Amino acid sequence: MTGAEMVVQALKDNGVQHLFGYPGGAVLPIYDELFQQDDVQHILVRHEQGAGHAAEGYARSTGKAGVMLVTSGPGATNAVTPLQDALMDSIPLVCITGQVPTTLIGSDAFQECDTVGITRPCTKHNWLVKDVNELAGILHEAFHVATTGRPGPVVVDIPKDVQFAKGIYTPPQTAPRTSYQPKVQGDLERVKEAVALMASAKRPIIYSGGGVVNSGTEASHLLRELVDLTGFPITSTLMGLGAYPASGKNWLGMLGMHGSYEANMAMHDCDVMVCIGARFDDRITGRLNAFSPNSKKIHIDIDPSSINKNVRADVPILGDVGRVLEDMVRLWRATAKADKKALYPWWEQIAKWRARDSYAYKHNSDVIMPQYAIQRLYENTKHLDTYITTEVGQHQMWAAQHYGFEKPNRWMTSGGLGTMGYGLPAALGVQIAHPESLVIDIAGDASVQMCIQEMSAALQYNAPIKVFILNNSYMGMVRQWQQLLHGNRLSHSYTEAMPDFVKLAEAYGGHGIRCDKPDELDDAIKEMIAVKKPVIFDCRVATLANCFPMIPSGKAHNEMLLPDEATDEAVANAIDAKGRELV
Amino acid sequence: MNAQLQPTGSAYFIAKETALPETHTLSVLVDNEPGVLARVIGLFSGRGYNIESLTVSETEHEKHLSRITIVTRGTPHVLEQIKHQLERIVPVHRVVDLSVRAAELGQDRPLERELALVKVAGTGDARVEALRLADAFRASVIDANTEHFIFEITGKVSKIEQFIAIMKPLGLVEVCRTGVAAMNRGPQGM
Repeated sequence: MTGAEMVVQALKDNGVQHLFGYPGGAVLPIYDELFQQDDVQHILVRHEQGAGHAAEGYARSTGKAGVMLVTSGPGATNAVTPLQDALMDSIPLVCITGQVPTTLIGSDAFQECDTVGITRPCTKHNWLVKDVNELAGILHEAFHVATTGRPGPVVVDIPKDVQFAKGIYTPPQTAPRTSYQPKVQGDLERVKEAVALMASAKRPIIYSGGGVVNSGTEASHLLRELVDLTGFPITSTLMGLGAYPASGKNWLGMLGMHGSYEANMAMHDCDVMVCIGARFDDRITGRLNAFSPNSKKIHIDIDPSSINKNVRADVPILGDVGRVLEDMVRLWRATAKADKKALYPWWEQIAKWRARDSYAYKHNSDVIMPQYAIQRLYENTKHLDTYITTEVGQHQMWAAQHYGFEKPNRWMTSGGLGTMGYGLPAALGVQIAHPESLVIDIAGDASVQMCIQEMSAALQYNAPIKVFILNNSYMGMVRQWQQLLHGNRLSHSYTEAMPDFVKLAEAYGGHGIRCDKPDELDDAIKEMIAVKKPVIFDCRVATLANCFPMIPSGKAHNEMLLPDEATDEAVANAIDAKGRELV
Repeated sequence: MNAQLQPTGSAYFIAKETALPETHTLSVLVDNEPGVLARVIGLFSGRGYNIESLTVSETEHEKHLSRITIVTRGTPHVLEQIKHQLERIVPVHRVVDLSVRAAELGQDRPLERELALVKVAGTGDARVEALRLADAFRASVIDANTEHFIFEITGKVSKIEQFIAIMKPLGLVEVCRTGVAAMNRGPQGM
């Protein structure tokens, strides 16, 4: 079997049905093999970054590994952004790159780059395959490493002569390498300790994250069960939305910089915090030395380096969220009796915070408010089988605030890296995995232009993605920060030459819709849903709306800036000089 | 209620570090495969950790295992992070903080030794003095002619530093050091 044949065989043996890629000189032997089979479908993108984000969307919405195939040199360097994105958000992504022949490595050959060197810090692991007889084993190991433990991206770099060379193919084996043994089962004593602490809590909160989604649907069920059993309030990070339903009665909304007032206040004032599969990111904690000062913290995570990294855990539990939750639910049932009455004062306090209605905005009957656009999108799609992706910026935060997610794996967004241009290709990946579902990219006018070329790929594969652009002609979040931090000097955050998105959609062969009147919005959204081909929806929204509530830089959770308090003066004084240096 | 908007004057995500940095010696057992050292070094540079000394060599040939000894400096919190970050690297088998282990065993610090080659050129009194001092430090002469010596010296880092400092006025030409090799006292392995 040749190396190229082995690649295709290994894809099949690892259950791959779709891969996203772009051909080039150094991967032509693999493309030749793909041509001669029907089991694995290749999706041709228009840019390697698009392949990566599409594979991420595919992975996030299915729970399986996403696979991308690119050529050497520029193909590999274009893959760097999605690789780092997948690393930050723990997305299983297998990236196969072509490389110049082994005899030319190091000679500055055409389209040569040090792929394993460049991708070393942005992958969980990577390999340069120099011997065809090691290729199959490495590919199987790559899938194993990408999908187990804390999931992440891997790169397998295959020189062209190895693709041509003949060797022995070995099927996937169960014995992984001895140095890589992620610990999945939590220490039972620690879980007991956690349950006892939770049972004694007067002001508890559950803070869940993307780890619950990564752990599989069973983990989400267990999380819901734990919330029901304990009666604890629950908040979640951006990455964890959907693990607990937004319609659930214990739901406080997202926490963090643009999270809800009640979620952040409850985090600040709680006495026991149960962190499940989240990593105390700086967008979550605000000022660290004022972060939830009076609480005991339980931290469940599969990655030992996440525990005690930013915030010290009183009860650290190392293990897979699903397994630990299973033990936790079982032990709670057996030992702890939920004294839900004891939590009444806490819930009363939360109700007061909730009454502040921190996501409120002033409705306008002449102009579409961006929050209103998301709300109408939600109301018109919530009964459908819907998947949402986003780009990065204000629209992303408004989507997180105003779109209610009921299930895990329905929300694809670039959280850790904050990659503008993620949403459109991610929507393509999701649509390929779920051809019958409604897939919407909630986009901003600036972000969407970063990978808009994948509209062409969506047309090619009849992937009827809906690109819903909140168009305010600004890089809204950049402008918001300039208003807050830089004396309202809007340096290069206004796009003077905006394309006509309707014509652009039509140029690609898709369908374009424009709407700028609040009373026409519902009909326009219904039209978007009804069209069975890719749509770009140019939703013209209020140009100067800003995203609140917000924890300004250098502030604690209980120092949120609420929308009704965000006067020009309050905004101007919200961040002091030291906070200004720190983003 | 929410009007606490006076400047807090503190950083957003960097709490002021009050803990004092310590120097620790780590032993890292890795699969000896291409790029493994680059992964370890890249981790240190990428996350802003210090490397004061680093040695690496294959120690178990049939298993292709190498042992990397790293002397690093940081606060206890950073040192804990370094250990966990190293453990995340796929070809890393084990990471032992020898300094922590020594403390657990009731010892002051792990055994640490370094080897240095020291070239000294000169004539007359300086030459005689160099040879006399080398003898006092139990450094051996491994190469010489009428104008120079090359000494081989083994010992604690402080001893080697001292020897090099003394040789400086006596015609020190160049120094090559191996970096620290270390293990814990007692019968147990790492």
